[in-house]
Amino acid sequence: MDGEKESLMERVVMVEEDVMLPGMNAASEEAARSEEDLFPDVRETLLEVKDLAISFVQYSKGLRQRTVSPIVDLNLIVDVGEVVAVVGESGSGKSLLAHSILGILPSNARVTGEINYDGRALTPERVKELRGREITFVPQSVQFLNPLMRVGAQIPAKGKDKRERKKKVRSVFERYRLPAGTEKKFPYQLSGGMARRVLVASATVGGARLIVADEPTPGLDEAAIREALGHLRELADEGRAVMLISHDLEQALGISDRVAVFYAGTTLEEARADDFNGDGCDLRHPYTRALWKALPSNGFLAIPGNQPTPDNLPPGCLFSPRCQMATEECFSVKPHKRDLRGGWVRCHHAA
Amino acid sequence: MPLEAREVSFRYGRGEWVLRRASLSVCAGEVVGLRGESGSGKTTFARVIAGYLRPQEGEVYLDGAPLPRHCYNPVQLMHQHPEKAVNPRWRMRDTLAEAWDVDDATLDALGVDASWLGRWPNELSGGELQRICLARALSPRTRYLIADEITTMLDAVTQAQIWKAILVRVRESGLGVLAVSHDRSLLERVADRVVDVEEIAAAR
Ligand code: SF4
Repeated sequence: MDGEKESLMERVVMVEEDVMLPGMNAASEEAARSEEDLFPDVRETLLEVKDLAISFVQYSKGLRQRTVSPIVDLNLIVDVGEVVAVVGESGSGKSLLAHSILGILPSNARVTGEINYDGRALTPERVKELRGREITFVPQSVQFLNPLMRVGAQIPAKGKDKRERKKKVRSVFERYRLPAGTEKKFPYQLSGGMARRVLVASATVGGARLIVADEPTPGLDEAAIREALGHLRELADEGRAVMLISHDLEQALGISDRVAVFYAGTTLEEARADDFNGDGCDLRHPYTRALWKALPSNGFLAIPGNQPTPDNLPPGCLFSPRCQMATEECFSVKPHKRDLRGGWVRCHHAA
Repeated sequence: MPLEAREVSFRYGRGEWVLRRASLSVCAGEVVGLRGESGSGKTTFARVIAGYLRPQEGEVYLDGAPLPRHCYNPVQLMHQHPEKAVNPRWRMRDTLAEAWDVDDATLDALGVDASWLGRWPNELSGGELQRICLARALSPRTRYLIADEITTMLDAVTQAQIWKAILVRVRESGLGVLAVSHDRSLLERVADRVVDVEEIAAAR
């Protein structure tokens, strides 16, 4: 309860700050306003991941010790009102990032860097307070639901009594077109599409502000996919923030504002969704371009080589063993994150 | 010499028919795309034509004779989740060795890194594991590959890599492929012809 009040307070403060920054005079206020006309959506960042690195020490036979670094350099910002897609192949760190935001990393994980939520560090204590309420998760698998429990009872709705709780569940189910009686069903009695709707309903019933969706469409038919993604877009449009983890770039582009491209535990680029067009000239990183051009509808081009494994990362740029543009520098010097054309990139030679 | 499903019908137990008199043939060196939504019976058809499920009616023929049931199956089935298709307690090397003596040329062609062979399944990504499964399936005795949504969970680059490698086998050694997917644009890329799962069933 306290946590909710506190963050509400913070929200009020943030809004005030937006209106009047210290040292602003009338003229700059006007300038700011006209700028606002040009850029109507002023960014209000809800989630910020900054230079996140996660490693594990593994002991194999004979007590030999080795360090694996599945996450090396992740950066990501999710603003209010946005869907930000996190794309990359399996093993690129997408799900592990979700786990760290939700505070469910294994205890032997070594974490450096920052995760900030609503302007403050997302500490383990804080995430415990927010998880399931302000920060919710739409899982990949329907197996997340308890198979032995009726679905109505699994929706984390709060009410002062049973009736109020039931009413809340019914109203969120209605929003997602789950017919009367769904509450009484067991998960196995639901179709794939309905189960997806139950999961979304479950993630939104308590007024979540940040929704982390992990591959929310596998196994669905086209209509159900469109619907599931449409729901996420809607949630962003009503002022929440959505982080959409997906291996399917094409699907993700359909509903996102921005795209963060992950590779071997590093964010290589942050692009706007509409940078993905034509032959990929607006994209900043060679890997992003390769991903775009590999789509069956674009060219189906396969670059050779593999994503490096977390116990054997190349010293310089992670993409250097596969990059056609690589120079000597690329093999030894890690490229830093730098801003470029309304996004950013980690590449020495991106222009 | 084709792989042929002739009027096969299948149902689980006494449930409704999932397939009703479905027929389809794939020739050597041909890639046929089979498209359908989830729940359309395409996975069941894939299992039947690969000999993993026995149809209650109809039969699957290879070179005009029923599929061999007791020796090496020249029709190999792959599906969406490679992690469910390998023994979690075997290193990749052993998983491959059980099937055939996989040569370096095959591993190279599929982009399998030598360092993966000493790993356990949980130390590899989905794309890496799927390539191991493909290497396992492509023994010289394999003549047909039934590929059921094998790249659905993978990123676009890995998907293109895997299909390019399969298409090389099709061209060079006359492998026949049934590519089963919900993804029309993928099938149009890889297949010589695409049929809808509804079209292969006999008219009622
Ligand atoms: S830094 Fe060099 S190797 Fe890495 S992506 Fe850029 S050009 Fe390629």
